[in-house]
Amino acid sequence: MPHPPKIAADALEDAARTVMAKAGIEIPDDYLGGIREMADTERGDLSAFVLQAMLENWEAAKADQRPMCADTGVPRWYVKYGNEARVEGGPVEVERRLRRATARATHDVPLRPNRVHPLSRRDNDNNVGINAPEIEYSFEPDADWVDITTVHKGGLFGTDYRMLFPADGIDGIKRFYLDTLVAFGKRGLACQPAIVGIGLGGSKDTCMVLGKQAACLRTVGDRNPEPEIAALELELKELGNSIGMGAMGFVGSSMVVDCHIEVGYTHTGGMPMSVHCFCLSSRRATARLHPDGRVEYRTDPQWFTPYMRRDTVEWQTAAESFEKSA
Amino acid sequence: MADSRGKLREVRLTTPVSDAALRGLQLGDVVYLDGLIYTGRESVYKRVLQDGMAPPVDLKALTNVNFHCSPAAARNDDGTFNVGAVTATASFRFSKWLPKWFEVSGAKVIVGKGGMSEQDYRDVFVPAGAVYLTTVGYGTGALLGRGIRRVLDAHWIDDLGIAQAMWVLEVEKFGPLLVESDLDGNSLFERQNRIVNQGLARVYEGLKAPSLARYGETDDRRDELIG
Ligand code: SF4
Repeated sequence: MPHPPKIAADALEDAARTVMAKAGIEIPDDYLGGIREMADTERGDLSAFVLQAMLENWEAAKADQRPMCADTGVPRWYVKYGNEARVEGGPVEVERRLRRATARATHDVPLRPNRVHPLSRRDNDNNVGINAPEIEYSFEPDADWVDITTVHKGGLFGTDYRMLFPADGIDGIKRFYLDTLVAFGKRGLACQPAIVGIGLGGSKDTCMVLGKQAACLRTVGDRNPEPEIAALELELKELGNSIGMGAMGFVGSSMVVDCHIEVGYTHTGGMPMSVHCFCLSSRRATARLHPDGRVEYRTDPQWFTPYMRRDTVEWQTAAESFEKSA
Repeated sequence: MADSRGKLREVRLTTPVSDAALRGLQLGDVVYLDGLIYTGRESVYKRVLQDGMAPPVDLKALTNVNFHCSPAAARNDDGTFNVGAVTATASFRFSKWLPKWFEVSGAKVIVGKGGMSEQDYRDVFVPAGAVYLTTVGYGTGALLGRGIRRVLDAHWIDDLGIAQAMWVLEVEKFGPLLVESDLDGNSLFERQNRIVNQGLARVYEGLKAPSLARYGETDDRRDELIG
């Protein structure tokens, strides 16, 4: 297959700045719909008041074009490369443009310059620094586009990791899940109702990465294709909403807008688990850049493709299957 | 705090907030502020209370409302500021600074995120005649941003950065905020937690404990963790 034309680096930087502003200002529709449903059923008066205030806040953000939350979190990037896609200047240029877009959006939107050196606390005032923003990659066969997704993840509360063991079973999973929600739900530190992402298995780092991606890169209502996992997602969602705690930790039922689980094959003796809460400012936005210059914007990152979740050695691309059948 | 229809009571407060107005507040009241407020968090506290520097303005003359926050703001080329949104930061981390801060600043209202412990209210807030108002959500940054009329100053911004500077803000209908502590030192969060806690045993019922415990579940480092 001949290579399609290269995607322009300038176009990539522009799109990156646009998704930064979109993420900071406009709440994704799937999350908004989930909160509206919760607001209809919430019986706790304080929790219901909080949900109502949030709905008004998102309208104000959109109308005034100002960030929905002043803690604009830690902006980060997810890049999905089509196997046939090429960007002008190559991957180093892509990273340069994403860092530049981060700095410029920080000033222009404005976003809060949250990123500091962990010891000296030095702040470059642009959300760029050593290993910041994170840029994670994935690849997609049979595609000539590049997807760039930004997530502005609230930083401090609502995430935990634990090494469980196979004998701990589903009970262990439920307990650790509840522990995390109760610990961070009190006084609303997790800024719930949250999209809760769970990483199960993998190595410790993979487990954390999968859980965070499950929280940040899947939309409300989306189910894992494995039926057993999908059932567990729904069960955990309900369990979280039966704690008796709502928004800000007030008495109520609005804790979990949705629960997403992603798995990775793990050590035979272990069952590591991570839990991540994507807060009331569940900020994500994606741009798809085509080689012909078209740019499409959306709020569903479409990160977990069948290719991402493959469990076989081989993966047949369309070109290969064409060759075989010919 | 709420009437029989579950509607919360709404209150407007003008800064500096008078003792009489503070006395009238009930847990769970929805508050909107008018007047002046300033931000102050760890770096400001450290400078004044640990390093002994004088506050950059006469706080007692300015206002008695201290906001635990850093705004999403940028400096324009002409030196003015563009404040998009404001959201509080978790206050419990500043507990150790407050007894002296109340003395030095004359603050009577702390606005923040998540409140402090009831213990802190009784030991520190009640003697200072102060209350705690919590922001809502906590992601109501755009609504709070709308309530800011003007940035009067951003003290120490060059040394402390945007996030830690002391911002003096003129506000109008700044809110919504909820009354989290009253002048008797009661906490709305703790009151609500006590109700939530009653149901926790039921939620955990039948779930067996994991086979390997962790420190933190026990704070006695001599304990075995396998169970
Ligand atoms: S956790 Fe989310 S909603 Fe809460 S303050 Fe942080 S960014 Fe805002």
